[in-house]
Amino acid sequence: MDVELIAMQLVAGVALGAILIMVALGLTIVFGMLGIVNFAHGALFMVGAYAGLWVASLTGSFWWALIVAPIAIGLFGVIIERVLIRPLYKRSPDDPLLLTFGLGYVLVEAVRIIFGSDGIPFSTPQALQGVVDLGIGFFPIYRLFVVAVVAVVLLALWLGLEKTRFGLIVRAGARDPLIMRVLGVDIGRLWLLVFGLGVGLTALGGVLSAPMRNVNPEMGSLVLAEAFVVTVIGGLGSLLGAVVAGLLVGIAVSLTALIAPEMATIVMFALMALVLLIRPQGLFGKTGGGA
Amino acid sequence: MAVETPLRQIRHAAGTGAGQASRLKAAFTRWRVPLCVVALCLLPWILPSKALAVNVLIYGIYAVGYNLLFGYTGLLSFGHAAFFGAGAYVTGIAIAHFGLPWYAAVATGILVAGLLALVIGALSIRTRGIYFSMVTLALSQLVYYTALQASSWTGGENGLRGFTVGRLDLAGLSVDFLDPVNKYYVIMLFAAAALWFVSRILNSPFGAVIEAIRENEVRARACGYDVERTKLIAFVLSGLICGLAGTLSALHLAIVPLDTLHYNTSGLVVMMTLLGGAGSFFGPFVGALVFLLVEDVASLWTSHWQIIVGSMFILCVLFLPKGIWGTFIAWRTGR
Repeated sequence: MDVELIAMQLVAGVALGAILIMVALGLTIVFGMLGIVNFAHGALFMVGAYAGLWVASLTGSFWWALIVAPIAIGLFGVIIERVLIRPLYKRSPDDPLLLTFGLGYVLVEAVRIIFGSDGIPFSTPQALQGVVDLGIGFFPIYRLFVVAVVAVVLLALWLGLEKTRFGLIVRAGARDPLIMRVLGVDIGRLWLLVFGLGVGLTALGGVLSAPMRNVNPEMGSLVLAEAFVVTVIGGLGSLLGAVVAGLLVGIAVSLTALIAPEMATIVMFALMALVLLIRPQGLFGKTGGGA
Repeated sequence: MAVETPLRQIRHAAGTGAGQASRLKAAFTRWRVPLCVVALCLLPWILPSKALAVNVLIYGIYAVGYNLLFGYTGLLSFGHAAFFGAGAYVTGIAIAHFGLPWYAAVATGILVAGLLALVIGALSIRTRGIYFSMVTLALSQLVYYTALQASSWTGGENGLRGFTVGRLDLAGLSVDFLDPVNKYYVIMLFAAAALWFVSRILNSPFGAVIEAIRENEVRARACGYDVERTKLIAFVLSGLICGLAGTLSALHLAIVPLDTLHYNTSGLVVMMTLLGGAGSFFGPFVGALVFLLVEDVASLWTSHWQIIVGSMFILCVLFLPKGIWGTFIAWRTGR
């Protein structure tokens, strides 16, 4: 097979993987800290894409959409945590999961009411259109841009978690919230911020993916299942796992599309089944398998 | 139904402080299936339409089967659309592609749903808690995409068509299935059988073990029960009943939309079960009834009824965690 073609598919796979990483990271951070799986995560990804669309049409600039939409939706996430999820911490871990599932329903329907049920095209910003020759083949500039943005976000996240005082508190809070409370940390406010961060990340993923896929109310449900596959393969609660599994899934899907297109969506689930058989807790998960 | 496990006898004996009340409760439990069937007999004459009543039956069976796993074993699956959908698709395919008689198609549908539950169950019970929910959802998405791809068998995006069942013939008996009242009572027979089956399971020693696993898995294992195997059996039994529901939905609609396998169909049954009350015998049926009734009424004045149903569900999780029927029972028994 053509080396150039494979290289191009590889880049496409990495770009797809980058989007998956954004979504899975938000899911896994919220789980690692708060111990809940956010079933509205996919819907918030979709809401992020629509928010991006709206900001872009208002300001006429993709760049504003890229910055404003994730922050706005992140703040929306903060409100969700404060109003809907906080009353449930003392109850069974199933309850927040069920609540966020219902929330996903409401969000999808709300978007349908505002923007209609049909998909809306989202054009690639002018500066990022076209392809670039890297010697081994021509690559769409936008996909390379997506990979770069995700790399920057990952670096910032890593620095934030490893090198700052806030990161130290977050990591300690994930280990033992009770001790942190005893030490005088306002753990409730911390969880608020972490949930907002998780939602902001998925919203950013939504805006980034908008020019690559059509924006439609259903896009979240597909992404949610994909994010689950990534977190299950990587190990729930593991940031490194989300990154490795995201790339793995993205590349696997992309290369399968080259060989057998009809198997492309199925291959990631097969990959997950395989990982489950060998390591039920995921590649980087702690033994015991999550919750 | 009269089989009383030692565990239950102890539980009843311990509750004799209330004397009369507990004896009443025991009688209520013993007669719960006949009571339910009497209620179901009256249903089509109370509800606004016969079609709605048939839907209540189908989704009631679906929720009862789901509740066996969620309410009684304590496993929150988000992939039961796979079994509902497998039952529906296999029944439809058996009639449309192989020309099987309806009863054989129904049996095949249930069987395949059970086999699928065996595979998905074996994979997913290796994980625990929230992980389990995610794995069941992801595996059911795999079934969804497989059905989407195998369009020569399943009709792909358009769904499966071309298998109208007009008459049901069995052992010389013939029923006009297109008549709504006939259709309702035929499906009700299946519902009664499913209810009896579930009641039987719950009253057996096996029923006591799954409840023990739900209450405390570590302790159940320490008591010497094979927890993994028990969970898998519960998963398969639940899949069989949900497969039956899917089968009946195929007979009822005479089409199988691809949406049957969508994860919204999985979520639907979670919502119905929780709305009615997980872990109570009548709860899932009550949940299916209320959910479909609200959907029916809401869809009259807005096409966006899902926003109403979703909000109702959120409020239910927040303020009525035991569900409608569960709260009613708790209030009746003063707990």
